[in-house]
Amino acid sequence: MDNKKTSRAPVSQQEFKVPKPVDTNTIGGSITVELNEKKVSVPLGTTILEACRQNQIHIPTLCHHTDLCVAGVCRVCAVEVEGMRTLQAACAFPITAPIKVKTSTPQVRKARRHIIDLMLSEHYGECYSCIRNGNCELQSLAEEYGVDGYTFGHCDKPAYEIDKSSYSVVREMSKCILCKRCVRTCIDLQEVGVLESIGKGDKTHISTFMERPLADVICINCGQCINRCPTSALHANDPSDEIWAAIDDPTKHVVIQTAPSPRAAIGECFGVEPGTSMTQELNTALRRIGFDAVFDTNFTADLTIFEEGTELIIRLYKALVEKDNSMALPQFTSCSPGWVKYLEHFYPEFIPNLSTAKSPQQMFGAIIKTFYAQQIGVDPKDVVSVALMPCSAKKFECNRPEMTSSGYKDVDYGLTTRELGKMIKEAGIYLPEMPKSHFDSPFGDASGAGLIFGATGGVMEAALRSVIEFVTGVKVEDIFADANITPVRGFEGVKYVELPITAVGPVPEILQGLVKDWNWLKGATLKVAVAHGTANAKKVMDDIKRGGKFSECHFIEFMACPGGCIGGGGQPIPTSLEIRQARARAIYAEDESLEMRKSHDNPYVKMIYEKFFKEGPCGHLSHKLLHTHYTARGKFIS
Amino acid sequence: MEPIFNKQKRTGPVLFSEYKRGEGIKKALEIGRENVLFEMKSSKLKGRGGAGFPTSTKWMLTAAAKADEKFIVCNADEGEPGTFKDRVLLTEYPELVFDGMVIGGYTCGAKEGLVYLRGEYEYMLKFLEDYLAQMRKDNLLGKNILGKKDFDFDIKIRLGAGAYVCGEETALIESLEGQRGESRNRPPYPVNTGYNGRPTSVNNVETLAAAAHIIVKGGDWYAKVGTDKSSGSKLFSVSGDCKKPGVYELPFGTKVKELLKIVEAEDTKAVQVGGASGICIPESHFERALAYEDIPTGGSVMIFGKNRDMLKILKNFMEFFVEESCGQCTPCRIGNVKLLEGVEMIEKGEFTFEYIGKLKELGHTMQVASKCGLGQSSPNSFISIIDNFKDEILNKIEA
Repeated sequence: MDNKKTSRAPVSQQEFKVPKPVDTNTIGGSITVELNEKKVSVPLGTTILEACRQNQIHIPTLCHHTDLCVAGVCRVCAVEVEGMRTLQAACAFPITAPIKVKTSTPQVRKARRHIIDLMLSEHYGECYSCIRNGNCELQSLAEEYGVDGYTFGHCDKPAYEIDKSSYSVVREMSKCILCKRCVRTCIDLQEVGVLESIGKGDKTHISTFMERPLADVICINCGQCINRCPTSALHANDPSDEIWAAIDDPTKHVVIQTAPSPRAAIGECFGVEPGTSMTQELNTALRRIGFDAVFDTNFTADLTIFEEGTELIIRLYKALVEKDNSMALPQFTSCSPGWVKYLEHFYPEFIPNLSTAKSPQQMFGAIIKTFYAQQIGVDPKDVVSVALMPCSAKKFECNRPEMTSSGYKDVDYGLTTRELGKMIKEAGIYLPEMPKSHFDSPFGDASGAGLIFGATGGVMEAALRSVIEFVTGVKVEDIFADANITPVRGFEGVKYVELPITAVGPVPEILQGLVKDWNWLKGATLKVAVAHGTANAKKVMDDIKRGGKFSECHFIEFMACPGGCIGGGGQPIPTSLEIRQARARAIYAEDESLEMRKSHDNPYVKMIYEKFFKEGPCGHLSHKLLHTHYTARGKFIS
Repeated sequence: MEPIFNKQKRTGPVLFSEYKRGEGIKKALEIGRENVLFEMKSSKLKGRGGAGFPTSTKWMLTAAAKADEKFIVCNADEGEPGTFKDRVLLTEYPELVFDGMVIGGYTCGAKEGLVYLRGEYEYMLKFLEDYLAQMRKDNLLGKNILGKKDFDFDIKIRLGAGAYVCGEETALIESLEGQRGESRNRPPYPVNTGYNGRPTSVNNVETLAAAAHIIVKGGDWYAKVGTDKSSGSKLFSVSGDCKKPGVYELPFGTKVKELLKIVEAEDTKAVQVGGASGICIPESHFERALAYEDIPTGGSVMIFGKNRDMLKILKNFMEFFVEESCGQCTPCRIGNVKLLEGVEMIEKGEFTFEYIGKLKELGHTMQVASKCGLGQSSPNSFISIIDNFKDEILNKIEA
């Protein structure tokens, strides 16, 4: 695969052009520098900031973010380097000579204070009326530097109108301090490139193509920019007022489905270590808030495996046995709405490859307002369906016009982890202290396979756990220890796995309507891939366009967000690789603790096929309620 | 007005001295790279854009960098208010500038030279392109230049789009790459990671013109002119309250007073040296010398007579920076706004000495904490005018 960087970020800022030594013990591999008169040895090319952090010297930062390329624009990390006339940005200065650095001189402290004062002078609003109150990097800096007034004044009017056009992301540019993290996130981390600096001098601001509202540009709603915004200039479109109103309305039956990733992260809103699972505490908290029923989205994740897996088998059968060339392969997953919109904008010609299966959120939405409403005898018009998601794009997804197959809006509100954290606090609940409780019937608890949908590679692993058993008749545990399909796990940008099918078993009952036997797969090699973050998705898509190795895959999992859903745009702030890894660990640990690890073992899924979707996966009713279609959007929106 | 491309009758110790087209290239190819660098080093030529980085060092670093491609960039973005000397060089002495580029390309190992021409100079584009075409015909550009095997070099001209910051070398490179004009973090420096990530030597028009003379006449010849720390001559773009504004070539070390006499300025109250980003000096400083060690300058000299209002002048400069900051770093983007607000406060008489003092401190922070030369030099005029013309400003307010 072409490993050449495809980034559109300026060459100089993609990475430092200093040699990275393999062995820091070789001559020239390390360098001795003086940090505040203390001699330390660091690998050549280490930035002053990294060197200081490794040596317990705190340097304030604002535009710096460990996920992003260097910017060096806020200047708050200014330090003195002996022999240099000007102060240097610690985040942007690679050490290649034995320099002497001082991080707290009168000049440095004054400069930092000046910079903070300048930012505050143009940062509209007050902390107590801000969504990021208590979780704002500018606020923290002001506290750290003892800001007790506005030295250079404070703007009393917002400089920009709030852009609420998007279902997902709200832009409040009057609070922007121009750190450009969102720009770098959008163009470099995600390769979408919706946000850019516009204007110069005092007119500089972050905006979109032709300054259009966010809803009218090619934003994929992934919300990664929100996760990295140090202030509240970017935040999600918060539906909690409407949800409170529904809860408080006695005529409404308000249900909530909770996705796997929020439970692994919501503790962070309450000061708990990242990577602490709060699944059952959360169930109790949701009931206390006043939700009438609490469901597990993992149920429809299990259902997705059936629908999407069946679709894959149909595609493979038609292509391999019936030699039907119209069958688009590889099949792409469709559970990440950010990815779906990315494909609709950037690779619309590949829409036929996208699984028609709805995402678990939307499948659940359709079932809640049909099957579930029937079961409990409530008019679906009185059912309010809320989805707790780690995602900002889910807000857009539930508002897609085609997502009304129940006859109503299938999911009324997409609620992010952060927003629910706020609602729980507002209800006077301290989440970590909640007693534990289970999900509600009739969907009950779901499998570990549904749970791991939250981490990159999870959908693929869940699918493989079922596919391997369906096709070979062999237990997954006999091939992969503890049913942990580790080759598809991990945070590598793109993963590629080949699974030779050496033997086949009998066709399970549920699929007997589709195929008679598996002999046509015998001797074949199943090729799958996993990509997370749209920058990585781009690499795979470009490879497919070129006819490279990914074009020969059968099934590819794509997630719009780095790390998958656990790194979603609705998750608690801050984010970093370490935090995302901790959340993923929590999900995998919970999966391993469960009895039921495979989607096809879920008795509730079997129940719903028996009672409701009687024609089985990809049948008529499931096509109506559980499948969808897409829109070729392209890059130009008139 | 039709642009004038014919040579004016100009005289000067170095740049405006005799030079035959191609002469420098021929000599450079004869003496070889090492000797070119040697002559450049002994000339002690420093960058003429204003920052004063030794040109031989820049070329040496570019030559030493390992890469598949290298570039020589001629910075013809002449955007500093009050400077127009590059216009003269490009329209009247293009042989010096382009020969200098070829010499630089040969020395550094570049195959391509790029001229970043200020957008407002579009009118000279055809003239310059025609000139380059003639050079190609005469094998002063192209393949195996003047018969030198494997020395291929050509020059392209790119137009800027009007942003002042693009005169800063890294912002210029960003602009050349098709990006928004914003300065880069340094290190890495352009000599290692410049245009398209390749080693790039960015030189001012005047620097390249000087290099052509140096190669022909020798570094020592050049170093004889000027002072010890500021060798050679400098082109001054003189404007404002004088009888003979225009471009003058004077040796470094010329006193402000001498310059004023040459241009026949009378009743001068103040001289702004170095354009909007330079410093403003009162009469008591007219004995000072124009040189890197005293008053460094890119060549702009604005002369203000007795009847000029210093506060208005300062306001004009600050308005310029508020608009022309690229807007990426905090000290420059917001700092200049605050300094302008300060000027407006003084104008209205609604200020405290304490606050003006704070703004001066802010100016000092901007000088050290801004990302590039723009923000680092933009407070110069604020600080120097407030310091040097305090009495006038205060008297005006009282009156």
